Amino acid sequence: MRFRFLIPVLTFSGIAAVMWYALFNLNPTEIPTELVSKPAPEFALEPVPGYGPGLAQTDLATGKVVLLNVFASWCVACMAEHPFFMELKTQDTVDIYGLNYKDTPEAAAQWLARHGNPYKRTGMDLKGRVGIDFGVYGVPETFIISPDGKILDKIIGPVSRDMFESRILPLLNEAGS
Amino acid sequence: MSFLRPVMLAMVLVPLIVISASAVFIEKKLEDPAQEARARDISGEIRCLVCQNQSILDSNADLAKDLRQIVRERIAFGETDDEVRAFLVARFGDWVLLDPPFKMTTLFLWLGPALIFLLGAFAMLVFLRSRNREVDGEKSIKLSAEEETKINELLNSDEPGKNA
Repeated sequence: MRFRFLIPVLTFSGIAAVMWYALFNLNPTEIPTELVSKPAPEFALEPVPGYGPGLAQTDLATGKVVLLNVFASWCVACMAEHPFFMELKTQDTVDIYGLNYKDTPEAAAQWLARHGNPYKRTGMDLKGRVGIDFGVYGVPETFIISPDGKILDKIIGPVSRDMFESRILPLLNEAGS
Repeated sequence: MSFLRPVMLAMVLVPLIVISASAVFIEKKLEDPAQEARARDISGEIRCLVCQNQSILDSNADLAKDLRQIVRERIAFGETDDEVRAFLVARFGDWVLLDPPFKMTTLFLWLGPALIFLLGAFAMLVFLRSRNREVDGEKSIKLSAEEETKINELLNSDEPGKNA
C-alpha cells in the first residue's frame, strides 16, 4: 500500500487523457452516416444546365468506387476542396459525381463555369429532398460509393489531400485489387 | 414610480413571448389541429443537426425547416409517430432523437452514471472500512509492563503537575 497516494494522481491522469483525446481528435459536429453498407437511396435528378446528363441512383453503381460530392454555389467551404477535385479529375484518379444541393440552376451553372467542372455527371437537388434521403446535414459532404452502388463512407466537410489518402484511397485500392 | 416597473417589463416581455411562439411556425401548418399538434410534439423531440442542441421545432436553420415540413407531410400521409421518427432515424441515426433509445449501443450512456455512482460508493465503503480497522488496531495495542506501572504511578500520584 506504499503507492496508494498514486490512486488520485492516476485517476486524474486517466480523465485528463480521455478529455485531451476528445478535445483534439473528436469532432462533435460530425455525425457519421447511418447509411454505411446500404445502397444509395433512390433518386433521379435533372443535370445542372449544360453539365452532362442527369444523375440517378442507377448511375452510381458503376463497377468501381466513385465519389458523390454534395456541393452548392453558395457553399464557401466547397471552394476549399474544389481545386483538389479538379486535380483528381485531371489525374483520372476517381470519378466524381456532383449533387448540387439547394441551389438555382443559373447559379450552379455559373459556379461550374467559373471554377471548372470536376464532375462526370451532375444532378440538381433543388428542394434538398434527395439530400435528406442521403442524410446530408451540411455542405460539402462526400459519399464514397462501392462498385455496386452501396455507400461505404461519408466525409463531412471539405475533402483534403490527407483525408483523401487516409479514407478514400484505401477503399479505392481495395476495390481495385 | 415602482408600480410602473412591472408594467414596463410586461410591455417589453409579452410581445417577445408572442413573437417567439409564432416565429417558429411562419410556414404552412397542417389543417387538422390534432395532426398539427402531433407534428409539433414530434418536432420538439427531433434534434436539429445543424444547431445540435436545439430541436427542429426551435431552430430556424434551413434544414430544420425542411425537416419540420417532412414531419408534417409524413403525418398527413397517415403515418404514426413512431413511423415518422423511424423515417428520420434511418437517415440521420439515433442521434437525431433528443431522447436517445435504450439499446445495446446506448447501454453505457444510460447505465454509465449509475455504474460510476456504484463504483464511487464501493470505493468509499472500502476506504471507510480500512480506516475503521486502523483506528481499532491502534486501540488494541497493549502497553508494556513498564508503561503500565508508569501510568499507574501517575494516576495514583497525589501531586498535581509532577512529572515522572
